[in-house]
Amino acid sequence: MALDDKHEAEGRVFKIVGTRPIRPDGIDKVTGRARFGADMSAPGMLVGLILRSPHAHARIRSINIAKAEALPGVKAVVTRADFGNVSDDDLRDILHNVMAHDKALYDGHAVAAVAATSTSAARQALKLIEVDYEVLPHVIDVDEAMQPDAPVLHEGRSDETVPAGMSANIMHRFEYGHGDVEAGLAAADEVIERSFKTAATHQGYIEPHACLASMGPDGQADLWCCTQGHYMVRNTCAGILGMEVSQLKVTASEIGGGFGGKTTVFLEPVALALARKSGRPVKMVMSREEVFRASGPTSSTSIDVKIGMKRDGTITAGWAELRYQGGAFPGSPVQFGAMSCFAAYDLANVQAIGWDVVANRPKQIAYRAPGAPMGAYAVESVVDELCGKLGLDRLEVRLKNASRDGTKAAYGPRFGRIGLTAVLEAAKAHPHYTAPLGPNQGRGVACGFWFNFGGDTCVSLNVNPDGTVGVSEGNPDIGGSRAAMTMMAAEELGIPYERVRTTIADTSALGQNDVTDGSRVTFAVGLATIKAARAAITIMCARAAKIWGIDADAVVWEDGHAKPAGPNAGKFPPMSLAEIAAVATNTGGPIAGHHEVNAEGAGVSFAAHLVDAEVDPETGAVKILRYTVFQDAGKAVHPAYVEGQFQGGAVQGIGWALNEEYIYGADGRLQNPGFLDYRIPVASDLPMIDTVIIEVANPGHPYGVRGVGETSIVPPLAAVANAVSAAAGVRLTELPMSPPKVLHAIDAARG
Amino acid sequence: MTQIHVSTKINGDAVEFLCEPNETLLDVLRDRLDLTGAKEGCGTGDCGACSVTVDGRLVCSCLMLGAEAEGREVTTIEGMADGEVLHPLQQKFLEHAALQCGICTPGILVAAKALLERNPDPTETETRYWLAGNLCRCTGYDKVIRAVMDAAAQMRGA
Amino acid sequence: MRYEAPRTLESAVSLLAGEPGSAQILAGGTDLLVRLRTGIGEPDLIVDIKRIDGISAITAENGGWRVGAAVSGAEMGEHDGLKADWPGVVEATELIGSTQIQGRATMAGNLCNASPAADSVPAMVAANAVARVIGPNGTREVAVGDIATGPGKTSLAKGEIVESIFLPARAARSGDAYLRFIPRTEMDIAVVGVGVSLTLDASGTCTAARVSLGAVAATVLLVEEAAATLIGSPVDEAALERLAAACSAAAKPIDDKRGTIEFRTKVAGVLAKRAATIALERAKG
Repeated sequence: MALDDKHEAEGRVFKIVGTRPIRPDGIDKVTGRARFGADMSAPGMLVGLILRSPHAHARIRSINIAKAEALPGVKAVVTRADFGNVSDDDLRDILHNVMAHDKALYDGHAVAAVAATSTSAARQALKLIEVDYEVLPHVIDVDEAMQPDAPVLHEGRSDETVPAGMSANIMHRFEYGHGDVEAGLAAADEVIERSFKTAATHQGYIEPHACLASMGPDGQADLWCCTQGHYMVRNTCAGILGMEVSQLKVTASEIGGGFGGKTTVFLEPVALALARKSGRPVKMVMSREEVFRASGPTSSTSIDVKIGMKRDGTITAGWAELRYQGGAFPGSPVQFGAMSCFAAYDLANVQAIGWDVVANRPKQIAYRAPGAPMGAYAVESVVDELCGKLGLDRLEVRLKNASRDGTKAAYGPRFGRIGLTAVLEAAKAHPHYTAPLGPNQGRGVACGFWFNFGGDTCVSLNVNPDGTVGVSEGNPDIGGSRAAMTMMAAEELGIPYERVRTTIADTSALGQNDVTDGSRVTFAVGLATIKAARAAITIMCARAAKIWGIDADAVVWEDGHAKPAGPNAGKFPPMSLAEIAAVATNTGGPIAGHHEVNAEGAGVSFAAHLVDAEVDPETGAVKILRYTVFQDAGKAVHPAYVEGQFQGGAVQGIGWALNEEYIYGADGRLQNPGFLDYRIPVASDLPMIDTVIIEVANPGHPYGVRGVGETSIVPPLAAVANAVSAAAGVRLTELPMSPPKVLHAIDAARG
Repeated sequence: MTQIHVSTKINGDAVEFLCEPNETLLDVLRDRLDLTGAKEGCGTGDCGACSVTVDGRLVCSCLMLGAEAEGREVTTIEGMADGEVLHPLQQKFLEHAALQCGICTPGILVAAKALLERNPDPTETETRYWLAGNLCRCTGYDKVIRAVMDAAAQMRGA
Repeated sequence: MRYEAPRTLESAVSLLAGEPGSAQILAGGTDLLVRLRTGIGEPDLIVDIKRIDGISAITAENGGWRVGAAVSGAEMGEHDGLKADWPGVVEATELIGSTQIQGRATMAGNLCNASPAADSVPAMVAANAVARVIGPNGTREVAVGDIATGPGKTSLAKGEIVESIFLPARAARSGDAYLRFIPRTEMDIAVVGVGVSLTLDASGTCTAARVSLGAVAATVLLVEEAAATLIGSPVDEAALERLAAACSAAAKPIDDKRGTIEFRTKVAGVLAKRAATIALERAKG
């Protein structure tokens, strides 16, 4: 499609899309009726608990479970010995993370599990398991892990991209870019080179991981769990346990937050193994401490950036080297970081190199735009510093160099229709940008980008005999997506919102569905819902045609009714969906539409954030005074939930920038595995988060939808750092900017 | 451990239960009484997802022993609506989209109700500080605060 | 583990004194239940003191206030008389945790938990508060500053309970204040805490002062050198600078996950100035 083609939805007057109806699952959530992961029980249920390594790195010489098994009330004890071999590399890493193999690789690594008739019996049983550890030297920091003499986690797993002689903890080297960076830097009037560090952070969902597993003697199993992808859970657990996928039925509970942290398995294979061994249902719920120690925080990073700029603001070259540790197994999101960090800029000369490194920490998993916030922090800080040095307006410089429709991105492809300049113009025109600032206050600006994804999606739309409609989809609702699907189905069918009900079907009801991640649900599930609705409409038109005795293509669908296409088709009064549904049995049977697709055409999303901060120069305390998010949503199906994504991502970014970090002791153990000392923002820390929704339609979606969930966390690290640096009068290059660090920087600058 | 027999009132109903001495009120509500509206987010009083009121006082049920409920009146999220009539706070939360995943919502609603019973006209700052013990990771608190203040206005008849 | 809820102090004392194993007192439970939860070890006996007659009362006494050991921070915050006389002590107690914690946490419990960073203690020490301790050998009055002997340790003997805390009559033209530094706006353990209480004469000169620091040593410090910088002065800029220096000098903090030595030392001085300024305003009335 040419870039200047009109979007198919342009000029369409939406009746429901764009309004703010109450979400269908809302009442259950405000009354306490909604069932989350830990809210389910089963008769005869056992309590499952995990024994975890107290060492950051240790060889497991032996595990003796005899005493634990003999304790009254204990019905099963499992270790690695209870899991077979897995041939797939990725699956094997997941299994070895879920239950340690020959080494404990981080403080909190699971080494055994028990199922017992009571929590106290289970706790007692854990104490009776004897593990013989040979403690090994450990490494926590990414740069230290890259040193040739660093303690090694896995021998021989560096792949061919890693030069010989480098540390065995380096798994892969990524490189993106084009042009000639050296030449570009030479052509600049000003070059700034800086190094940055960010600490590991956690998604911080308030609901700990929880599941309830049961397996019958015939090997058929049921699993209830909170997850962002129950099909992923099914496939992964089946693979790990050597089951056929159809033997395992997974039902997704309501989920109490995920942000990427629930896109893999932790407890689930263990619960199934315990259920298999004990013959009884097993419920497992992580404590908050276990969530921090043994789920999937994001990478800590070390990043070098070099950018050259001309006096007129043109960026002549951009270069970055990103080093991310992904915990104990390969797969940190450094690839996304390297791909995305320069995405907002149209650069002739750009290079981003990324190193994927392992360290003795929990295996990282996605955290909302994985890898991107850290890269953006580094690049946007240097752009900010260059603007300051050259006396240039920060938004003007972004506009001057902005990626536009057709720009060749630093990571390779050419952008289609994108909304970055619209976002930047909106920011520039907003009163926040020119509001006056007081003493010790500073304003920060930063851009962000996320790819957004499509993926495997199935939707089944069924017309009920009374004319109500059921939509079955396979993606857990982490942000209000059931409302959006309901709205799109109702919009397409032309019936009231209240006549449609969307449910998240269990794994037995639909084919494969990719995880709720990549900001894909409103885009991909929405697209599939629309197409399923259109398929149902085609059938209903055919039914009306049959009733009227005319050709099917002489019938059109308008305002929820089948109508003759024109006066030549015949004078038949329109038939409503309900009327067609009522006689469906007589016209061929029940009416449904479905759509299965690996959705492509997800539109990338750009954002700009403005933030004002105040720094107390005597204590280094930071206060966020004002915050505005500008982001391209393509088409906001339910604006309130789009705003909610903008606000939630911004606040997670504020926490990441100011106070959140994984703190390790010299012994490699996590010192702050709780909400007391892992400090996420509280209500009194924040002002209102203002939002401006920009809509530059995505050609790949019938309504123009772009994913919004992730882009919102990409700018805040840099925006807040730029604001704090301005307010404090000194550039901060390490996150989080906790008060001791800020005060130290202020005092050091004062000399 | 010998179990303790407790007689208490929950959401206006007389309730009796047995519990271990070391069971928290939260454990009792969720595991013995099937009142799963109160959630365990941390177990250490840092997140507020387990909030209930005891004799009208807002507390974390994870920091109270089940045995301590003897003779007291406990109210939970399950008692907030009046039959099928939602409390104005519940209604406003829906209208303002003040919840995304909803796990913190019961705790915040119980806490907000306690606020408005004490202070029917709180400022934004007062509301934020009162709710500082209720962590939310999804919303950034913006719509939560708006919903509470809007409910307060409605309840004042403003 | 056993749970008892005696109705009288005598039975509480005899339960505690007579317990062969370990026994813990339960008032608000906001520290004790966290310890139970994190598996640091269950005591053999928990004695819930909340049902003891009078233990939840705030009573006027000799111009001052006697605060029962089971009075919660929320209840203190609702008591007009207490707030008027000792606003620093009340605001310190009200800083502990969240609204939910406030609904249960007690000053006495905060004191006896003996965390170096306890919020209510510097304010109580600055106020010259006295704890009434009841035990198998009778009653004794103990200056609040003498209760904690180290992190998690108190000078209480087996079987002894703090029954109440007495805040003395407040002199005319005096005021107190407590400030703490935390990285967020709520919910954190104090990185530094400063309690200041001072009295002025008719000309506005400070005639008495007590300055107490929290979270910068193993126990709360009463810093006489700091008080000396204020006494005899109009509590002006120069005096405040000397106060800050004395507090920074007296601080003996550690590096930990909440703050560095450098940071705590500096901020002790900064907060002392700010707390003294508030106490001064309150003293002027």
